[in-house]
Amino acid sequence: MRYNHAMKILIIEDDREAAAYLAKGLREAGHGVDVAHDGLDGYALAEAGGHDVLIVDRMLPKLDGLSLIRSLREQGVSVPVLILSALGQVDDRVKGLRAGGDDYLPKPYAFSELLARIEVLARRGAGKPEAETTRYEVGELVLDRLSRSVTRAGRAIDLQPREFRLLEYLMRHAGQVVTRTMLLENVWDYHFDPQTNVIDVHVSRLRGKVDRGFDRAMIQTVRGAGYMLRDPARDA
Amino acid sequence: MSGFLDSFGKLLRTTAFKLSAFYLVIFAVTIFLTLGYVTWNAQRLVNQQMVSTIEAEITGLAEQFERGGMRQLVRSINRRSRSPSASLYLITTRAGNPIAGNVESVSASLLGQPGEHRISYERVSGEEGVQVHRALVRVYHLPGGNRLLVGRDIEENERMRDVVHRAFVWSLLWVFLFGGVGGWIVAKRMLGRVEAMTLTTRSIMAGDLGGRLAIAGSGDELDRLADSLNTMLGRIEELMAGMRQVSDNIAHDLKTPLTRLRNHADDALREARTPDELRAALEAAIEESDNLIRVFNALLMIARLEAGNAEDLVRDFDAADTVTDVAELYDAVVEEAGMKLEARIASGLQLRGSPELLAQALSNLIDNALKYAMPEADADVAEPIRLVADRIGNPDGDRIRISLSDHGPGIPEEDRERVLGRFVRLEDSRNRPGFGLGLSLVAAIARLHGGTLRLEDGTPGLVAVLDLPAAA
Repeated sequence: MRYNHAMKILIIEDDREAAAYLAKGLREAGHGVDVAHDGLDGYALAEAGGHDVLIVDRMLPKLDGLSLIRSLREQGVSVPVLILSALGQVDDRVKGLRAGGDDYLPKPYAFSELLARIEVLARRGAGKPEAETTRYEVGELVLDRLSRSVTRAGRAIDLQPREFRLLEYLMRHAGQVVTRTMLLENVWDYHFDPQTNVIDVHVSRLRGKVDRGFDRAMIQTVRGAGYMLRDPARDA
Repeated sequence: MSGFLDSFGKLLRTTAFKLSAFYLVIFAVTIFLTLGYVTWNAQRLVNQQMVSTIEAEITGLAEQFERGGMRQLVRSINRRSRSPSASLYLITTRAGNPIAGNVESVSASLLGQPGEHRISYERVSGEEGVQVHRALVRVYHLPGGNRLLVGRDIEENERMRDVVHRAFVWSLLWVFLFGGVGGWIVAKRMLGRVEAMTLTTRSIMAGDLGGRLAIAGSGDELDRLADSLNTMLGRIEELMAGMRQVSDNIAHDLKTPLTRLRNHADDALREARTPDELRAALEAAIEESDNLIRVFNALLMIARLEAGNAEDLVRDFDAADTVTDVAELYDAVVEEAGMKLEARIASGLQLRGSPELLAQALSNLIDNALKYAMPEADADVAEPIRLVADRIGNPDGDRIRISLSDHGPGIPEEDRERVLGRFVRLEDSRNRPGFGLGLSLVAAIARLHGGTLRLEDGTPGLVAVLDLPAAA
């Protein structure tokens, strides 16, 4: 896998083994990692700033995860936060996001899922607000949100509304891995795990429309993780 | 002896005894006040009458004295003294020597003080001889220094008062006796039944879950209490049985994938030689653990929904949007599987609940249909899966009916209820993927929305119906 830029990540997790596993994986992926083992240390480090993303466990000694995030937001710290929770229940996600978290991942999780999510979060934190972007351009593929049109190498591609949103999400995160759950959450707004491969079928249909008649595929499957849309010309 | 004291102490502490003691005291006080008031009033009336009689006599005698002086007075007194009555008369000199009258032995000091007195005097009557009687008298100093005493015998009166007082005391004694014994009997009876209930509940707590409280059949408060407790015990027993069933199932259904996981790891450790083989074994292990996690999540979610803790998710929404979205999500998948998803969705299906959970329920149902209703390989035209969402008028409030019908093998009627339970998998589905939690979750979601999940015969195939109350 290829990553756009190295990030500085703060892990606030009291389970030392889990924190070490996370830190190791993130460092191998080329990122800088700080680790705090309780809520107060974590808060101090986070408030000092300099991180691109925080990974916060919900249940922490001294200061619990949600209070920590709430306090940070009150202090005006806007760094993107991914909440990890062993609770993983239907309404816990709602509570986590309400407290000021940006994304929520129930434990146990696949590392690839976590990595994909924090890369997306970090990009969102650094980039300009999404609402302002009206036009995405990746190589010869262009998506215009205002006219709701998509062209590849000047040739118009006709998409269903949901396919349009799927492609938009992939293009917004071009060059980044997006997982099936991320697509289900962001394109369909569902947070459950269907037993059948619904997302794969939708992506393959979209791929049929976007890549048909072209030599190189833009929508690629990343094994064991999800999908990535990128400019094949820059790959070569 | 201590046993008696013990049970007596227990009796004293019973509510029935306390209540009867309380009423007893109130009753006694009422009797005391009523009787006391009546006697006091009667006494006062008699006294008043007596005083006015004496006044009248004195007035009469004073007239005699004015008219005829001392002589006339003495004569008049002599006459009155002879007539048998309760009146007392006496005229003495200043020194106290009697001149006329029907009373003896009145002390000179008393005669020295004019006004009203209560005295004891000796009465001489023919048959009974000398008797000491009580009397109310009035002393009057006549001009010239002689003393006049006029009075009424109050012995009868006093005796009457004594009788009333005795009756008073006795009636209070009887009230306390009957009240006490009555209260004791009521308390004893009550205590006996409560004691029996306590013994039964103790034995139930000790583990005899089948035990029930005895019902006397009188339909009183204790019977009603026993009846409610019995119903509660029945429910608890049911829940306990259900829980035992579920934990047995959990133990079994979680052990199976855990064992598989362990075997895979063990296998890889002994057999795998190349990095590729090791990688494959690890990937298999991760997949097994993902399955386990899925089972855990589903179980926790069902438990959470059944506990009713999903307040944060509940809101008013239009189920038509949800059903349309799910249909659109699955359309392509069903098509890939060689079938068609036909959706007929009415508009304006207002529900109170969670669109996300409803979507999950529908997704589970469609997943099931895909799993079990795959078309035969040689079928020319596959029968479609039908998804119908409708609003049905009902006097008790409209219902939202969302049904999914497939043309699969269906579920035999006798299994339709059972299959909604946790970890229930029918024999011919054992070799397909799944854990037997999908329908339980759908049923739990339906319950959270105040409705039900019903499985019906689609001849052929299965119809799963979500019957939910529409939001007002």
